[in-house]
Parts: sequence; C-alpha cells; structure tokens
Amino acid sequence: MSEALTKSQARNIFYGGSLFFLAVFVALTVHSHHYIVNKSTDSAGLTEAVARGKGIWEKHSCINCHTILGEGAYFAPEVGNVWVRYGGRDDPEGAREALKVWMQSQPSGVEGRRQMPQFNLTDQELNDLIDFLEWTSRIDTQGWPPNEAG
Amino acid sequence: MKYESQKVAYYYILAALILFAAQVTFGLVAGYIYVDPNFLSETLPFNRVRMVHTSSLIVWLLLGFFGAAYYLIPDEAERDIHSPLLAYVQLAILLIGGAGAVIGYLFGIHEGREFLEQPLWVKIGIVVAALIFLFNVTMTFLKGRKTAISNVLLLGLWGVALFFLFALYNPHNLGLDKLYWWYVVHIWVEGVWELVMAAILAYLMLKLTGVDREVIEKWLYVIVATALFSGLLGTGHHYYWIGTPAYWQWVGSVFSVLEVVPFFLMVIFVFAMVWKGGRDHPNKAALLWALGCATLAFFGAGVWGFMHTLSVINYYTHGTQVTAAHGHLAFFGAYVSLNLAIFTYAMPYLLGREPYNQVLNMVSFWLMSGGMAFMTFTLTFAGVVQTHLQRVNGEYFMDVQEQLHLFYLMRLGSGVVVVLGALVFIYAVLVPRSRELIAAQQPAE
Repeated sequence: MSEALTKSQARNIFYGGSLFFLAVFVALTVHSHHYIVNKSTDSAGLTEAVARGKGIWEKHSCINCHTILGEGAYFAPEVGNVWVRYGGRDDPEGAREALKVWMQSQPSGVEGRRQMPQFNLTDQELNDLIDFLEWTSRIDTQGWPPNEAG
Repeated sequence: MKYESQKVAYYYILAALILFAAQVTFGLVAGYIYVDPNFLSETLPFNRVRMVHTSSLIVWLLLGFFGAAYYLIPDEAERDIHSPLLAYVQLAILLIGGAGAVIGYLFGIHEGREFLEQPLWVKIGIVVAALIFLFNVTMTFLKGRKTAISNVLLLGLWGVALFFLFALYNPHNLGLDKLYWWYVVHIWVEGVWELVMAAILAYLMLKLTGVDREVIEKWLYVIVATALFSGLLGTGHHYYWIGTPAYWQWVGSVFSVLEVVPFFLMVIFVFAMVWKGGRDHPNKAALLWALGCATLAFFGAGVWGFMHTLSVINYYTHGTQVTAAHGHLAFFGAYVSLNLAIFTYAMPYLLGREPYNQVLNMVSFWLMSGGMAFMTFTLTFAGVVQTHLQRVNGEYFMDVQEQLHLFYLMRLGSGVVVVLGALVFIYAVLVPRSRELIAAQQPAE
C-alpha cells in the first residue's frame, strides 16, 4: 500500500468516515420510520386484532417456512400478498373462509408434497391472523411482488 | 500460548465445534426434507429444523469470535486476561442460554422472528454475557499494549453488542419491525462482523507471514473503513420492498455495489502479505483457511451479493433461492472459514503441541469448500429458474418448486459432502493422530 497514506491517517479516515455514514444512516432511518407510520402503512387500521395476529404469526414461527414481503425461509409461499391471491380485495368473506379452511385442513398428508403443520388455532386466532395478513397486504411496497404468484 | 489465561479460548472453541456439528446436521435434515417433504413433518416440522440450523450457526460463530478474542487480545496486549473467572462465567451463561434455546426450539418454544427466535430470557442472557465479555476484554486491552488489531476487534465486538439491543424491540407495525430487525441482521453480518473478520485475518497474516505490523495495520484500517462506508448505507438493499421510501432503491443499489470493495481488498491483502512475507510457518492448514476465507467471502458475499443487489434485479429475485445461494456461500466464506482458520491456528498452541493432522485439515477445507461451492451453484440455478417461472411467468410457488426437484437433490448431495468435511475438520483439530508435519521446502532456484 502506498507510502502516501500513513497508518494514523488511515485510522482517522476510518473513524471520521464511519461516524459520517452512521449519522446519514440514522437520519434516513428516522425519516423512513415516519414514512412507514404516516404514509406506507395503515397505522389507524392497526387494530388490537392485527397486533394479536402478528403475535400468532411469530408464536408459530411461520417465517421459518414462509416469506413475508420476501423475507423468510423460501420453503413455503409468500404471504405478504396471500390476501390478494385469495381474492380478498373483491370478496373478503370468501377469502377469509378459504384461508381458514386451508389452515384447518393441514397437514394434507399427500405423499411427496410439503406439509404445513396443524397449529390448532381457535376461530378468534384464525381471524386475528387473517386480519394481520389483510393489513400486511395493504402496505405500500413500491409495487412488489411483480405478480400475484408472490 | 504465551499467557496461561489464553487457555479460556480452548473451551470456547470446543463449545463452538459442538454447535458447528449440530448446525450442519440440522442443515442436512432440512436439505433432506426438501427432497422428501413427508420426513419428520409431524414430529419436527421444517420451521423448527431451520431455526436450529440458523440459530446454532449464529451462536457458534459468536462463540468462535469470543474465543478468538480471548486468544488474541492477551497476545496483542502482552498480558493475561483481566479475569479468566469472568470469561468462564460468560461461557456458562452462553452455554445454558444456547442449549436452552436449541432444546426449546425442538419443542416449539421460541419468539418466532427469523434469526431472533431466542426467548426473552435467552436474549437477556446474551446481553449479560456480552457485557461481561466487553468489560473483560476492554480491561485487558486498556491495561496492556494497544494495537490496531485489538482496537478494531474490540470496536467490532462492541458493535455486535450494541446493535443486538435492537433485537429487544418488536413493534406491532410489520414495516417498523422489519426496519429495525435489519439493524441487527444486516449491520451484524455486513457491518461490525466485517471488523471482526478483518482484525482476525490481520492477526493471522501477522503471525503466519511475518510481514511488518505497520504495513498490516494500515491495510486493516483501509479495509474496515471501506466496510463501514459501504455497509451502513448498504442496509438500504433490504429497504426496497418493505414499506420504506423509494429513495432506498438508489441508496441501497449504489452502496451495496460498494460493499464488494472491502471483500476485494481482503483478497488482495491476504495474497499480497503471503507473497511479501518471508516466514515459513509450519501451520499450512491455517494459512489455507485464511486465504480460503478471503477468497470465498469475496465470491459469496461480494460477487453473489452483487448479483442480486441492484433494485431492478432484486425486484424479481427477492425472496427466491438466489438469496439462499448467496446466504450459504457468504456465511461459509466470510465467517465459518474465518473461525476455522483461527481455530486451526490457535488449537496447537492451546494444546501445547505441534500442528498435527495438517493434510487431514486441508482435506476438510477442500471437502467443505467444494461442497459449499456446489451447493451455491445448484441453489443459484434453482433461483434463476424460480425467478423466471414465478416472477416473470407468474406460475404459483408450489408448482414452481416441484420443477426444481433435481436442483434440491443435487443440493442434498453437496450437503452430505459439507457434513463429512466438518466432521473431518473436528477430528483433525481435536484428535492427535500422527506427527504429520509438512517440512519446509528448499527455495527454488
């Protein structure tokens, strides 16, 4: 490495630059935080039921098979848009019923097919979880995913 | 081993190796479930298998970092560890927490967020253990000789602890949850862990090549500067599609392209030091792992990361097997190889013997690296096919997955090779077999 740069200069560039980029990152995070709360998500519609639904999503660690907004385990389908895929925008009652029946009928036991466990959710838990998925489907994700397949 | 208290590192490495074996075993089980999905589906569903696979990886890598620090800091500071007792207390907390978490996962007890599944009591245990560790090594550092290597290593480990605190924040708003979840996950592996990586590589280069400290430490500061300059705003490549503003598509794309730079510099660094250095260190296996670490990290984290990091590409590849391919080679190259390099280097000193089983250890390097490379290729092809069928053509997820069966079969095969390599490695460092030393060569004419 060139003689023009000394060790202490390199160290000072590291400290100064890192603090600068950390400050920019924190500032953009603050802005993004407000953007999420006020613009891209439905904060007013984040009901107790949606919050409970998120808790159920976590309690059973659904994310270690599924993805949500593309993050998770890639073993099972994306659920960020499952509400849309089930036609929930046009027929909310039908989509809710279909999602419930799907979860209640697992595992399918079909040979050679990935199996979803039976979590024995109560009717309220199913409703809460579906409320959470419906709420998530309305997050402004800059147009992702490219299509309904998720 | 110059200082008696460095012995602490031995127990950290031992614990790390046990979890390493568990991690690859559960990885193999998960790979098998992809091929035979009914396997264990009622007793141990895929989500729990994966949880054990990823969590034990993270915990053993951290145990390795702590062990490396307890070995390296006294050597650099030229004095004993401030309190060996505290180091053992810290290890006990981590082992109880780690074992508790893994056993809990098998029975479905967890907090359920990806990679942060640890129940609250384990998370608090991790914070307490980290505080004990930071106190202990910082005291050692302050009382002794202060070098750039130990300075950067400590900065990295302070960062690990500070950013872990975001794991305790879990808002109801999924967008906010994800915004801060990445403060732990991204800033660990593409930020402060890189400081740990560069510091340990610099230490190994110092010891194995004999190049002047001034030269090595200047490189070190340049590498970590590029790591944080790019890595902090590079978090933006996770902020494309989770409810965050559109400007992240620009910020994330530009800075994550720059994230390749520190990994490229590390490759140049290790090879330049080896060419420059005149030392013929007997531990050839440690040198192989150190060179392999920088090289595989450059491909896994650098090249494979770059491949899908631009927002226009990521729009289609996000959350497909492309990510899985990148994740496997990046973790193996950067952090698994790093730990195995320092283990290979330190174990002979900790056990007070010559570096035995050199050839066996190097065989394990090629088994694991070959296996991981093959796994990465199969998952990359799977991901590209998946991206086209699902994201471009709009075929449904499960229909696409069925068409990827051949790739998953080949991935399972490469997984078997990796597990085999891991077992050979553990055997090579722990069991003295024969004085299989590689003699110094005569210089060529």
